Amino acid sequence: MASQKRIAKELGDCTTSPPTGMSIALANDSDVHKWHVTLDGPPDSVYAGGKFGIIVTLPAEYPFKAPVVTFATRIYHPNITNDNLGNICLGLLKPENWKPASRLLSVLEAVRALLIEPQPDDPLEGRIADEYRRERKEFEKNAKSYVTRYAKGPVKFDAPPAAAAPANAP
Amino acid sequence: MDSDDDFMSPVTSEDDILPDDSDNDDMSGAEDFDFDDEPDPDLGMSKDFGQKKKVAYDISFKVFQPADIQRQQDELVNEVNMILDISKEEAAILLRYFRWNKERLIEDYMDKANQVLEAAGLAQASARLPKLETIPGFVCDICCEEGEGLQSFAIKCGHRYCVDCYRHYLFQKIREEGEAARIQCPSDGCNLIIDARSLDLLVTSNLAERYHELLNRTYVEDKDTLKWCPAPDCQNAIECGVKKKDLDKVVPTVACLCGHRFCFGCILNDHQPAPCELVKKWLKKCADDSETANWISANTKECPKCNSTIEKNGGCNHMTCRKCKHEFCWMCMGLWSEHGTSWYSCNRFEEKSGTEARDAQAKSRVSLERYLHYYNRYANHEQSARLDKNIYHKTETKMVQLQKESGMSWIEVQYLNSASQALQTCRQTLMWTYAFAFYLARNNLTEIFEDNQKDLEMAVEALSHMFEKPVAELSDPKLKVEIMDKTSYCNKRRIILLDDTAQNLADGRWTFNVELTGSPPPGGPSARR
Repeated sequence: MASQKRIAKELGDCTTSPPTGMSIALANDSDVHKWHVTLDGPPDSVYAGGKFGIIVTLPAEYPFKAPVVTFATRIYHPNITNDNLGNICLGLLKPENWKPASRLLSVLEAVRALLIEPQPDDPLEGRIADEYRRERKEFEKNAKSYVTRYAKGPVKFDAPPAAAAPANAP
Repeated sequence: MDSDDDFMSPVTSEDDILPDDSDNDDMSGAEDFDFDDEPDPDLGMSKDFGQKKKVAYDISFKVFQPADIQRQQDELVNEVNMILDISKEEAAILLRYFRWNKERLIEDYMDKANQVLEAAGLAQASARLPKLETIPGFVCDICCEEGEGLQSFAIKCGHRYCVDCYRHYLFQKIREEGEAARIQCPSDGCNLIIDARSLDLLVTSNLAERYHELLNRTYVEDKDTLKWCPAPDCQNAIECGVKKKDLDKVVPTVACLCGHRFCFGCILNDHQPAPCELVKKWLKKCADDSETANWISANTKECPKCNSTIEKNGGCNHMTCRKCKHEFCWMCMGLWSEHGTSWYSCNRFEEKSGTEARDAQAKSRVSLERYLHYYNRYANHEQSARLDKNIYHKTETKMVQLQKESGMSWIEVQYLNSASQALQTCRQTLMWTYAFAFYLARNNLTEIFEDNQKDLEMAVEALSHMFEKPVAELSDPKLKVEIMDKTSYCNKRRIILLDDTAQNLADGRWTFNVELTGSPPPGGPSARR
């Protein structure tokens, strides 16, 4: 399969020089289609000090179909569902925008950028987006309390049931 | 809002309405759909548009079968091919790029041919044909394969990938995402569209058919005057000149050759007489509200002070509104303080505060009850229409049975079929009259409308009743005549109702209790002129 070689290469690249603030491992060594990414909350953001688990699932048709990215750690963010599914809204991952030449590295960097700068105009959680726009102080307080509640201590990846991950980002 | 005056005046001045109402059958409809507002290059093709209208709700349209659609495309391609002196293939690519706007293409091409060719992805192609290349040391960025003899391809942005990946990518786009004319380069962030020649080179034979089918579709999809018939498996397209901005004046109902009747404006099933905007509002309201409204009506009351809706969640009649802290009695709705200690058996019926509160309560319920009134009738006709469809299938057996029992011929029992058809169309119309009426403000026109609605409804119910009689009675020739009469009466009543509403809509004479958004209020500048 052509995709095996591509995934192996990307995995190699990502483990030897991981993107800023991330470490990457396979969920289990025999399956290169499921990655566990641990992301340190970006220092200048409200998520600083937290450790977030991100699950990257590569479909069988990867790289012709977009990877599925979900947060295993609960997070308070306008573009990430506030539940145990942790679905994420990222333009890059939508079928009409995904290109086979796109790299996981850029996907992960986009996820990190989303934590630094949320996109309230394209929200998954409308209420949180409103709060982000209108009452920034309140938003920051809530986001930080989520970090304290969920994103301290060792990262767990088993929280969201894998089967519930959608085929593509909404 | 300064439009208030405009909104009201044509309706309140009665002499404006009444004399017109009876005798301008063929005038109003034709005048008000302003087809010629913008120059539309495509109108020339359809010869039907000048046709005289019989009734106000009749919209001229044309059905095109797949062969017609192909022929029209070919004609356009040939025309451009001759005028611009380019190959047919290139003409097709340019036409697709310009969304089949021939005039704009020719104008732009005359102006700046090179830029146009460049933009449509033809510039390089005219110099040399796209081809697969084998480049030493090439590594495909998608599959990470390398090696001697690995064939690769790039469009003119230079993003080069191996031919397998390219084909896989196209397969994904064409087969699974249904794209054809506007597939982009596979590179991240590169928006260059893969030109048709490169596609012809890369698309494998098993995909070619689907690819060309999708290309053909763009012709219908790119044109505002064309729409696919939404019926399952129907391949026809309908051409109709009604534009989006006209939708507050006309309900463009069209009928495909396959028998499916739908609204050209919103593709939903025939929803005459209600205009698209009201249909949208109504469907949304029903989806949001109907069950909720029923439940609210049955289980709640409003706080007499702040009108918050309150559900009683315990046995005690001493209610304290969560919102405004008002204390009242659930039974009589009066002030709790007037009850003294008699709290479980309310005997304060004559209390003034209680009577007033109940009046207010009744008023606040009126809007809810009003909605439910219209909704229940709408839903009832919707359900009956569905049942009538079942009956339609039973009709055939009934007709066969009737032939056997009465010795009538096939032709002689056709009247049952027409009765069934009439029932279905009339119910469909009746159903939407209730949605329409919900949004109507009360005035004389509304009364006329309701009379028409009542006449049609009574006729339909009578026909429905006769239609369902057992076969033994149906063979009675007297009943046959009655059914035939009633059928034609129903059809006539439906036409009268639709004609009346369509004319008033076209003239902007209805007063709605909501705004038809996207358009000036009825009775705007055009009505004053």
